[in-house]
Amino acid sequence: MTTTSSRLPSAPHGAGGRRRTFRAISRSTPLVPALILLAIFLVGPMGFALWGSLTNAALTGYRAAKPQFIGLDNYAALFADADFWNSVVLTLVFVLFSAIIGQNVLGLAIAVLLRASSRIVSTIVSTLVVVAWVLPEIVAAFALYAFFSADGTLNSVLDGLGLGSVSWLIDYPMLSVILANIWRGTAFSMLVYNAALGEVPPEITEAAQIDGTNTVQRFFLVTLPMIRRSIATNLMLTTLQTLGTFGLIWVMTGGGPGTRSSTLPVLAYQEAFRFAQVGYGTAIAAVTIVLGAVFAAIYIKILKPEVES
Amino acid sequence: MRHRTLAAVAAIAVSGLALAGCSSAESAPADETGDRTITVAYQKTSAFHQLDDLFQKVKPEFEAANPDVTVDLQPIESEDEYFTKLALMNGSADTAPDVIYEDTFQIRSDAAAGYLLPIDDYVAQWEDWGQFYDAAKEAGLGDDGKTYGVSMGTDTRAIYYNKDLFAAAGLPTDWQPTSWDDILDAARALKASNPDVIPLNIYGSKAAVEQTSMQGVEMLLYGTDSTLYNTDSQKWVTDSTGMKDTFGFYQDLYSEGLGTPLDLALDTTIGSRVSTELIPQGKVAMAIDGSWLPGGWIEGQSAWPEWEQTIGLAKMPTQDGGDPGFTSMSGGWTLAVGAQTDYPKTSFDFIAMALNQENSLKYDTENSQIAVRDDVATSDAYLSYNPTFAFFSDLVQYTHFRPATPDYSQISSALQQAVESVITGDATAEEATSAYDEDLTKIVSESNVEQGD
Repeated sequence: MTTTSSRLPSAPHGAGGRRRTFRAISRSTPLVPALILLAIFLVGPMGFALWGSLTNAALTGYRAAKPQFIGLDNYAALFADADFWNSVVLTLVFVLFSAIIGQNVLGLAIAVLLRASSRIVSTIVSTLVVVAWVLPEIVAAFALYAFFSADGTLNSVLDGLGLGSVSWLIDYPMLSVILANIWRGTAFSMLVYNAALGEVPPEITEAAQIDGTNTVQRFFLVTLPMIRRSIATNLMLTTLQTLGTFGLIWVMTGGGPGTRSSTLPVLAYQEAFRFAQVGYGTAIAAVTIVLGAVFAAIYIKILKPEVES
Repeated sequence: MRHRTLAAVAAIAVSGLALAGCSSAESAPADETGDRTITVAYQKTSAFHQLDDLFQKVKPEFEAANPDVTVDLQPIESEDEYFTKLALMNGSADTAPDVIYEDTFQIRSDAAAGYLLPIDDYVAQWEDWGQFYDAAKEAGLGDDGKTYGVSMGTDTRAIYYNKDLFAAAGLPTDWQPTSWDDILDAARALKASNPDVIPLNIYGSKAAVEQTSMQGVEMLLYGTDSTLYNTDSQKWVTDSTGMKDTFGFYQDLYSEGLGTPLDLALDTTIGSRVSTELIPQGKVAMAIDGSWLPGGWIEGQSAWPEWEQTIGLAKMPTQDGGDPGFTSMSGGWTLAVGAQTDYPKTSFDFIAMALNQENSLKYDTENSQIAVRDDVATSDAYLSYNPTFAFFSDLVQYTHFRPATPDYSQISSALQQAVESVITGDATAEEATSAYDEDLTKIVSESNVEQGD
């Protein structure tokens, strides 16, 4: 199969091939500045961070002045640390519930409902949702802190309804930050899905309707498969965004109480800047990058058949 | 076209490098003349404005005396991240301050990191240096025995209690506990008499950073037979009874609901809130805190003139009243010169002016510091300023200093993490002790710890 497909664009060999090589080089030359910038600002820092995770660099003390190369010791200590595994689990829970399920399902649902509703309703709702997205992370985080805190808006409402108040950030820290992240990120998914649904040709859904399918069947059997690529792209983007969420959690719970909402970015910050163990903190950040790469690889796998077909 | 783009990129890159090269090569002339700016990095919070007041006064005076110099005050308005921000500023020559407000416990650590400049040559020529007590001079020494900081004053810690709430609970208004149990008993009585007040605030969260280590854990631990660090063997102590009992005190306090509610205790502004809000509003009945608190009540934004009638002071007892009966912890802050400064002499001159007799007196009185200059400590102006000075100065005989090794700040963080797990109910006293031991061993390595008793 593969051999046939690779021979498919049957181009003449020899002179043509050489010309093609030359054309490929000349065409990619404008990319050179971009590649240089990428190397300086992306690959460079990542390499530097990776090197940092192999040292015992600290923020103060002798190890700040002269960090030593300690090989994989940071990683060995990390994998033996219960706090780290706790953070990995919390990170996966956070990504699963707030990004994969929360933002995607809710964003898709709102996009579908908006297409079916009147123009005024759709404008008002989408404006409200997008406000959450437009707010800078730190502003949104303080707003949500005020919403969930002990004498905050949520408890005032619950009190008013006679339901009594709950220390959300203390008793349910993960639930609070997950809800906060859903609130903040849903707009992005909604916009992506809104665009994707607009691309579905109406004649196909109409044909399915004539074939006797109901609305639910049409949605799951026709619309969803047609926007599969958008789903995969959106899953990838929201997952990576959520994986790196720091400000929101830090402002709302500080990773606490204890370590009950210390996701990997929070743990990395704590180790690097609170405990002054910069090398160790960098190792946690490196693991987070790997985790992001794993997610990305999974989504690309989902995306791939769609691209080839 | 392509070549031109590349050439432009290269030219920009090279000129950038060249500029960077210039600025670092351009070192200060030895005699320090001409227009120059020194930056002063220090802390400012809603409860702590006294140092800002001092610098606002000294800046125009210093600039008038040195017309070529501009003093750039850079207050770091953060309660919980001061050290982190300072360390990051010190990490780059572009942002490193010239004059630094530096905690005595950070001196050895930051000197080892190369952030601070030895100032022995300057203090040797400073006529005021003889006025400073020897202990205050020692607090500014680095691991290498050189002087890195000039002490601004020291402090002690004790129990503040609200006499009105004590009277309402049927407790004596001239209260003096003689054991931890006395404190817990009082807390229970207070809770029974008024369930809305917080019986005892003792810092126990990561959010309260060094306050948790000093006003919290160490105030208890140094009243036991155990210690944090064995100065004879120069090893850190693990698995001690005192540590377990210390965490056990927190466990008792929180399991009975006698401590500060978690949503307050885990808030990063807890320190300011205790002194400016919870104590003045009568929401806290007892608070283990530092000698500087009345400074904020005497004048400023949080002035509270009634404090003298309302607040009583009790010495912190040892665990079961064993010798010497009471305990306290002392720290203090210094002004230091940044190692990356281009103008060491100008920077030191600024410190010398900020801590001359007149300005030390201003700062020590307004911030309720225990004076470390003889000419201030013995002056009538100082002694008559605040009725608590005599009480807190008297605690110096019971006081302890933190083991200010270069690792201390990391170990202190480990303590905070362990005690927070106790107050949130995530760990028992035993579990918190072993978690601390594990972190401690990771920080200082196996060979620098010993089993406690």
